[in-house]
Amino acid sequence: MKALEQYRQWCQACVKCGACRATCPVFKAENQEGGVARGKITLAQAMMDGQIFAEDRLVHDLSQCLLCGSCTNLCPNQVPTHEIVAAARREVANQKGLSGFGQGVAALLTHKTAMDWMSKGGDLASRLLCRQIPDTSGLKLRFPVPGIPRERTFPKPSFKPFLKRDIRQTVSPSASPRVLFFTGCGINYLYPEIGECLVRILNFMGVYVTLVDEQGCCGLPALSAGAGDAVDTLAQRNLKALKIHAFDYVLTACASCHGALAGIYPTLGADYQPFVEKTRDVMDFVMDMDLVGRLASLPRSEDRIKVTYHDPCHLRNHGLTQAPRQLLSALPQVDYVEMADAATCCGLGGTFSVHHYETSQKIGDQKANHVAQSGAKIVATACPGCMIQLQDSLNRQNIPARVAHLLELVCQALP
Amino acid sequence: MISEKVIQELKEICGSKFVSCEKTDRVLYSYDATRKQFLPDVVVHPADARAVSRIMTLAHHHRIPVYPRGSGTGFTGGALPVHGGMVMGMSRMNRILDIDQENLVAVVEPGVVTGDFQKAVEALGLFYPPDPASLKVSSLGGNVAECAGGPRCVKYGVTKDYVIGLEVVTPTGDRIETGGTTMKGVVGYDLTKLFCGSEGTLAVITKIILKLLPKPQAKKTMLVVFDAIDGAAKAVSAIIREKIIPATLEFMDGRTLDCLRQTAGLAMPEGAGAALIIEVDGDREFLDKQIQRILAVIESLGVLENRVANTFEESEEIWKIRRAISPSLKKLGLEKFNEDICVPRSKLPEMIRRIEKISDQYNLPIVNFGHAGDGNIHVNIMADKADAKQMADAEYAVEALFRATLALGGTMSGEHGVGIMKAPYLSLELSSQSILYMKTLKKALDPHNILNPGKIFPDDDAPLSGEMK
Repeated sequence: MKALEQYRQWCQACVKCGACRATCPVFKAENQEGGVARGKITLAQAMMDGQIFAEDRLVHDLSQCLLCGSCTNLCPNQVPTHEIVAAARREVANQKGLSGFGQGVAALLTHKTAMDWMSKGGDLASRLLCRQIPDTSGLKLRFPVPGIPRERTFPKPSFKPFLKRDIRQTVSPSASPRVLFFTGCGINYLYPEIGECLVRILNFMGVYVTLVDEQGCCGLPALSAGAGDAVDTLAQRNLKALKIHAFDYVLTACASCHGALAGIYPTLGADYQPFVEKTRDVMDFVMDMDLVGRLASLPRSEDRIKVTYHDPCHLRNHGLTQAPRQLLSALPQVDYVEMADAATCCGLGGTFSVHHYETSQKIGDQKANHVAQSGAKIVATACPGCMIQLQDSLNRQNIPARVAHLLELVCQALP
Repeated sequence: MISEKVIQELKEICGSKFVSCEKTDRVLYSYDATRKQFLPDVVVHPADARAVSRIMTLAHHHRIPVYPRGSGTGFTGGALPVHGGMVMGMSRMNRILDIDQENLVAVVEPGVVTGDFQKAVEALGLFYPPDPASLKVSSLGGNVAECAGGPRCVKYGVTKDYVIGLEVVTPTGDRIETGGTTMKGVVGYDLTKLFCGSEGTLAVITKIILKLLPKPQAKKTMLVVFDAIDGAAKAVSAIIREKIIPATLEFMDGRTLDCLRQTAGLAMPEGAGAALIIEVDGDREFLDKQIQRILAVIESLGVLENRVANTFEESEEIWKIRRAISPSLKKLGLEKFNEDICVPRSKLPEMIRRIEKISDQYNLPIVNFGHAGDGNIHVNIMADKADAKQMADAEYAVEALFRATLALGGTMSGEHGVGIMKAPYLSLELSSQSILYMKTLKKALDPHNILNPGKIFPDDDAPLSGEMK
């Protein structure tokens, strides 16, 4: 991982114009200079120059970033603040050691059996400890576990992770192209049905999906927590797991995993390069195979449902914004509507929402209001993280819209 | 240094959450868009005018310098705490208090973001024209203090033309109101205009009364490319002489176009030496006619191409070119000395020639673009930061630029203000009597020089202290 010092030039490219104030979701919610990119960059510079050390206030301000990248998109010099903040968090960890929470994240994510166990335990614990709230989707419950805010509603962890399930496929393993599915924790533990949808859709397209049991977390939560060593460990483990198989593509169905594989791994070394070049989000992949054409040829349903789309930051930053809209518009059971500020971060931001649940709620509330104003009954997206946050925000505001992964809607439409 | 007792009092006034002496917060309020840094001793965020008044009384009593701060986007250091002391952030005072649709007047707090305010009035079919480039983030308080301008000023005037009343807190802590909500009013001195553009040195603005206009029904944008700068400059005068005042009349010189071509992949006809972006607004049926009249009067001035936007998207394509200038200049990797001189419109062609001469004389590229319609040019003198001679020459070029501007009856700054950046040159433009008059005023209102000290006037007491790096 790059050290903070390696970002010195980038920090100098920040001209302190303040354009980032117009887009930063955290700044808009909190209205404090410490929340915005130019403030954090100035703090990073002061750290490098030895003018401030990792005092509590600094740690707090550095934690006030969703790593969503929206400032970079607007910045006249395209300064990658999310990378600088992640590097500054690692620098704080170097100076002070990881926070208790960061240690917990790193330990848990790098320990695969613990993750598997947690998933079972989570279900058990939820039955014992959490209060189920009446709702429309059936996925939410109160989750009073240390580190997770008491009020947050949370999907019920799956009793059987996706990768432990017996997935039947209708296509021969020798079919081409050869596709590996990088599942990620969100799909493996919280939303295994998304994984099942992906397999069904690709089988429908004549593609066999190789499931890689040895893979683990992509490392993005560890990056967000400032746990640089954990990111390396996780990336190495995934590299090893994926290398075993021959493949033409590595597919993701989680924007965050895609962000890690295509955005972070290239910075870790040349070993990752072949793997990075073949990483595609599943939507991108099915677009190339003309799924839109095949969906459009299906008879339009009489009874259509209004659906809008939320852009996960990690796909938006990668320029992947048109494919999901084209797919949704082609679905026979869907009337697609665009909502206001669809490309604004949902407010989850990895470990951000754990440290700053209130701010995260404010940002999420905005999003929920935009969903409500669009009149959509379903908000589709392409990232399990966003799904958790969006559903929580809608529930809190009592907005009767449901969150779905785009693949679920596609799967529903297949003959 | 500020005593613990004063800090305690500040905490009582603002709430302890909104007073900080932590190094992190002091660093966060040490800079603005000049990229210079000065550490304050304390940062406070008052909630209302009463708190501002109590803070000023306290600061006056203890002789603590106070620097009001809006969004910190100024180009001349207006918000920089150059003598240490207290930064007073106005961001909590960010409510739109009233939009009166019958009287076309709005009342706002200083921390309201300019663009948010514009959106709010436009939703009601009203219009607040001043449009500084930073409008999406700049505060109205900062706009008033610096008397911000923008492209639309050629037709609609600058910030002070819309401020009809203020509530301010004086350097000694008194709250006073100036002007009011009426369109006319001549009772007493016009203190409203005095405070507009006073760069936060005479009073802290706590409430602003703004005049509004009905929103123009439509607008039409076009891009005209000329073979040489002279033609473009003459076109500006020709359009005005034709008694047409476009809503915006922006220009880009040949170097700007080169730069856009190199770094932003802009397609331009062969031999393009300058371009104008012209936008007219008003009732829909008049716009095409105006465009035709403009095209007719500039036809013979070396027009290579004109592109009239017929849709919103086409208009955005044209504005994208204008917005790409700053980023593409930055890609050249040179330090830019960004000045915003203003000359009478008719002197624009001559001014451009003089700038070219300065560029040749100091052997430094100078890129010009800006609000040609009101004679306000953004002159960017480019120098290699690593080259000491170039950097020194750039300083000389800046002074030569100011002298040339003044010789043509212009001013050193159309929009950005003096602050600390232009203070050394003040006596080039103002007579010693004028400066003395201003300083007498300042001394009478702020006897201990605690409100935004170190700004505007060059020989103002001690040299600046507390600069970082």
